[in-house]
Amino acid sequence: MPRSTLIGNRIRDRRASLGIKQADLARRVGVSPSYLNLIEHNKRRIGGKLLVDLAAVLEVDPSALSEGAEASLLAALRDAASGQGSATPELDKIEEFAGRFPGWASLIDWQHRHIASLERTVETLTDRLTHDPFLSASLHEVLSVVTAIRSTATILNETKDIEPEWRERFHRNVADDSLRLTESAQALVNYLDSSGDAETTLSSPEEELESWMELRGYHLPELEEETERPEVLIRSAPELTSSHSRAVAENYLKRYARDAERMPLDLFAPAAQRLDFEPAALAQEFETDLSSVMRRISVLPDQETEERIGLVVCDSSGTLLFRKPPEGFALPRFGAGCPLWPLYQALTRPMAPIRRVIRTSGRNPRQYLAYAISQPAYQSGFDGPEVFEATMLLIPESRLTLPQSPTLSLGTSCRICAKRNCAARREPSILSDQN
Amino acid sequence: MGKHILVIEDEPNIIEAIRFILSRDGWKVDIHSNGEDAVEVVQRIAPDVLMLDVMLPNKSGYDILQELRADERSAHLPILMLTARGQNKDREMAERFGASLFMTKPFSNAEVLQSLHSLVQA
Repeated sequence: MPRSTLIGNRIRDRRASLGIKQADLARRVGVSPSYLNLIEHNKRRIGGKLLVDLAAVLEVDPSALSEGAEASLLAALRDAASGQGSATPELDKIEEFAGRFPGWASLIDWQHRHIASLERTVETLTDRLTHDPFLSASLHEVLSVVTAIRSTATILNETKDIEPEWRERFHRNVADDSLRLTESAQALVNYLDSSGDAETTLSSPEEELESWMELRGYHLPELEEETERPEVLIRSAPELTSSHSRAVAENYLKRYARDAERMPLDLFAPAAQRLDFEPAALAQEFETDLSSVMRRISVLPDQETEERIGLVVCDSSGTLLFRKPPEGFALPRFGAGCPLWPLYQALTRPMAPIRRVIRTSGRNPRQYLAYAISQPAYQSGFDGPEVFEATMLLIPESRLTLPQSPTLSLGTSCRICAKRNCAARREPSILSDQN
Repeated sequence: MGKHILVIEDEPNIIEAIRFILSRDGWKVDIHSNGEDAVEVVQRIAPDVLMLDVMLPNKSGYDILQELRADERSAHLPILMLTARGQNKDREMAERFGASLFMTKPFSNAEVLQSLHSLVQA
């Protein structure tokens, strides 16, 4: 195997060769597992004390990790060059440029990362203001109470001949509304300020569940081995902060437990490997339905060196109910995703399985094999209503051999997709003016 | 007796304040708080002016507005829309669906009276 030239890869390779888990290494050097994950995927620069600490735990000289910093810079410059529409950087002179003007090269690298970071922030904020139902409802509540207080206070202040019973009633209303406003404002502040980190500030019940599952590696041994009930797991999860998030989590975990009972891990994991994660073959083998199999695949424990398999679930309205992003494919936090997703195609063809090779648009295109199915989510009898739920499994190409079939190019959601001339575009992109 | 107004709004303390200032201003005030049967109530009461909140239980104010404008009995009824969202999109929707005036919360009592007077004088 060729030796990697990027620091993150070197750290990951060395850790894997020592058999240290990512979370353990993160704990030993005093950073979060998610931050170490970013470092290992070369999405965060590293140096100084952290590099020295990592080298110490990995039992190598810091220079053994940092050598290749120049290569890292070259890779960053190539990455920056790949996303420029009309500009045509001289790629054949990239090494000469970095060698002759290392300061300028570093500046371009920094600006490229900074732009990407700003794009993510803009994406998050615009997405949130448009689609976050909790924020919208909370602001409506606050404005309504403020209106009532303003109107009532004006009456009390300006009406000289107000009857005593009306005065008393309005005083009581102002007092009640003041209390309501305090509670509403406090709830809003808690929601916006639950953490200083913008990534976790914007949590909805679904996000809290996803965040908790992310911490658990999307795998729950307690449910696999039936040593704990979902309710107990939820009670011991401080990350699930509201009754709504706990209710969402309870539904998810009960379903997880049912799937695990039907497809025990010791039988399912080897079968999934043997059958190349093919949901139809697994459904036949375990005599169950496709969406259950897809959910089960998504919670298989991933090996450290393997790219993560993703899962997306939506209801009939297209609202995303659960998101486990696969390696390299960001999923929208709020609102609907790209209309081209096989997930949505499945909604138009209930019970018809869909398989497509997909490629993401953007700076670093990635390929996945996508499976999707729309199935009834609720058995309501012959008189309806029919309630469907669609499930999409996303397997990175590194985990299997992609079938020879046309590739579907798609994005995350219109707002942050720069794909040109897209027939499915529903709104302009904030990343490009060439829609 | 002055002009007859129907206020469709679900916030109790806003209702009390509006009822008070409008009554003092000489209006005959009726109140309704549910979106579901709002169209029937408007047609039955046949007010001179309608004050309509956008966010109501069971039915949006925009849906009610559209239904009222589609019925010849209320096609020309002066309607003041109230909303807690001041985005251009909301204003555009209110205009497109036929609102006579559009007001964003939090509004002042003086603004309410001024808007309603302008509607009945138009």
